Amino acid sequence: MEVYLSLLVKSIFVENLALSFFLGMCTFLAVSKQIGTAMGLGAAVVLVQAITVPANNLIYQYLLRDGALAWMGLPDVDLSFLGLICYIGVIAALVQILEMALDKYFPALYNALGVFLPLITVNCAILGGSLFMVERDYDFGESVVYGIGGGLGWALAITALAGIREKLKYSDVPEGLQGLGITFITAGLMSLGFMAFSGIQL
Amino acid sequence: MSATRRWLDRLHPQFAKGGRYEKYYALYEMVDTFLYTPPDVTRTSPHVRDALDLKRVMSYVVIATIPCILAGLWNTGFQANMAMADLGIASADGWRGAVLGLFGVDYEASSVYDSFLHGLSYFLPIYIVTLMAGGFWEVLFAGVRNHEVNEGFLVTSMLYALILPPTIPLWQAALGISFGVVIGKEVFGGTGKNFLNPALTGRAFLFFAYPAQLSGDSVWTAVDGFSGATALSLGAAGGLDSIAQGGIQWVDAFLGSIQGSLGSTSTLACLLGAAFLIYTRVASWRIIAGVFIGMLATSLLLNGVGSDTNPMFDMPWHWHLVLGGFAFGMVYMATDPVSAAMTDTGRWIYGGLIGFMTVMIRVVNPAYPEGIMLAILFANLIAPLIDYGVVQANIRRRLHRSEVTQ
Repeated sequence: MEVYLSLLVKSIFVENLALSFFLGMCTFLAVSKQIGTAMGLGAAVVLVQAITVPANNLIYQYLLRDGALAWMGLPDVDLSFLGLICYIGVIAALVQILEMALDKYFPALYNALGVFLPLITVNCAILGGSLFMVERDYDFGESVVYGIGGGLGWALAITALAGIREKLKYSDVPEGLQGLGITFITAGLMSLGFMAFSGIQL
Repeated sequence: MSATRRWLDRLHPQFAKGGRYEKYYALYEMVDTFLYTPPDVTRTSPHVRDALDLKRVMSYVVIATIPCILAGLWNTGFQANMAMADLGIASADGWRGAVLGLFGVDYEASSVYDSFLHGLSYFLPIYIVTLMAGGFWEVLFAGVRNHEVNEGFLVTSMLYALILPPTIPLWQAALGISFGVVIGKEVFGGTGKNFLNPALTGRAFLFFAYPAQLSGDSVWTAVDGFSGATALSLGAAGGLDSIAQGGIQWVDAFLGSIQGSLGSTSTLACLLGAAFLIYTRVASWRIIAGVFIGMLATSLLLNGVGSDTNPMFDMPWHWHLVLGGFAFGMVYMATDPVSAAMTDTGRWIYGGLIGFMTVMIRVVNPAYPEGIMLAILFANLIAPLIDYGVVQANIRRRLHRSEVTQ
């Protein structure tokens, strides 16, 4: 239990996907103008991460890794070179299925998430989560926690950025920096603030 | 009308639109408004009638730092003199020794005069460099972008200088304040438009860029060749016992006669400043109380949890209060009205978050001995979100109330 708890804290704060690894920057910068939308996108990322990271974990453990096919009587086969394409395919397919399922059974949530669900298929934070899972060799339980934690950390970062950007509406940014320029600077300064967590050993 | 006023009025046409020095109007305006209350008033609505304007708010903060400056000047010199006595050095070298010699300073730690002047010889160069470097950017931006140079910069530069270690190389002081003023404030449009505290932004930039000089692992005593660990590092290594072995009593830490940054060691001086700021309502008492309660609750909780390996868990709250820059950050940094939360409930949460984070970073994070700087920066990031939550909750409550009454 303690392992999972510290993994959760670590993936939310210490190894924040957006602000310490700078993953998912395109959506992070583009869809952070309003807190409401940012929250919706954040929720979508949490949901998708929580499903795709464990799913990819199963695929990695039982199909792709070196010797994973031993249960089929093929102990010498190493399919890990197929990893990247498999994870992307799984993410895309799962997001599609999820979208249909939500549309059918939870229309309110489906409407709240709106366009963001298909959009984050191509979010590198999602793929990054799966790749980190492989690299760090998480087991199934850990990958569930990591998926949720990584998603929550990203959601926290984008919501905080949206809060700051709503506040910055009243600021007087020089012409050349307006829009994305100042957002880049803001994201950099945010990551300075998130340095508070770096170095924590859990 | 005084002579200065007449002089300024005579110069005015030169700087006004169409005048010879039109480009330098920001400079003229700066001198004018530093010295006199600006005559312009808002003619259209909305119009708040209040004597408390930006000029007064900022000037009051500068006044409130005076106890910290005085205590810091004395302490910097006191620590240096003590270390010199230990190491057997008779007088400071270079220009500092020459200048101090002129004033008859003989580096006696027990003499307030000697300590004070010795401290001043460290504070003044840093402060002057800070003012010059930061002021350059401030005036440049004001001139190009046609806004005013206002008293906010005086506060930023003063607070920034007070949280620097006395041993910092002057070029680093200049670099830090440049980052703080330009990236922390001016790119967002100047005072009141930024979202991070500019002084802390500059300090944090230096902290990560030059950890050798600024990390706070070893003490900052203004004598070459003196080494040792700061109180917080001692605490991290061996808990209260090693702090006591380092010769630091609680009273020393409270009064501020321990090694540390230039002006943030004395908790007593910070509390005097806090009393002034709260009395004049410049600082929000909710934030200060929030920080204090957050620190108190977190340290009590960690005391209760305890740890066999980490002695910082056992550090009681009254030590957390007096060590490092906690009091200084709580009074002067956290209460910055621009970067703090704006709603009353939000201020409690914001303060509590700072107190909580400070203790957590000090105790749990081995990378940094001190946590208040990063805690405040982090809370600055979250502050707009806290306000959003408070406002939304209020909207929901009022909606609910109107539904009930219908």
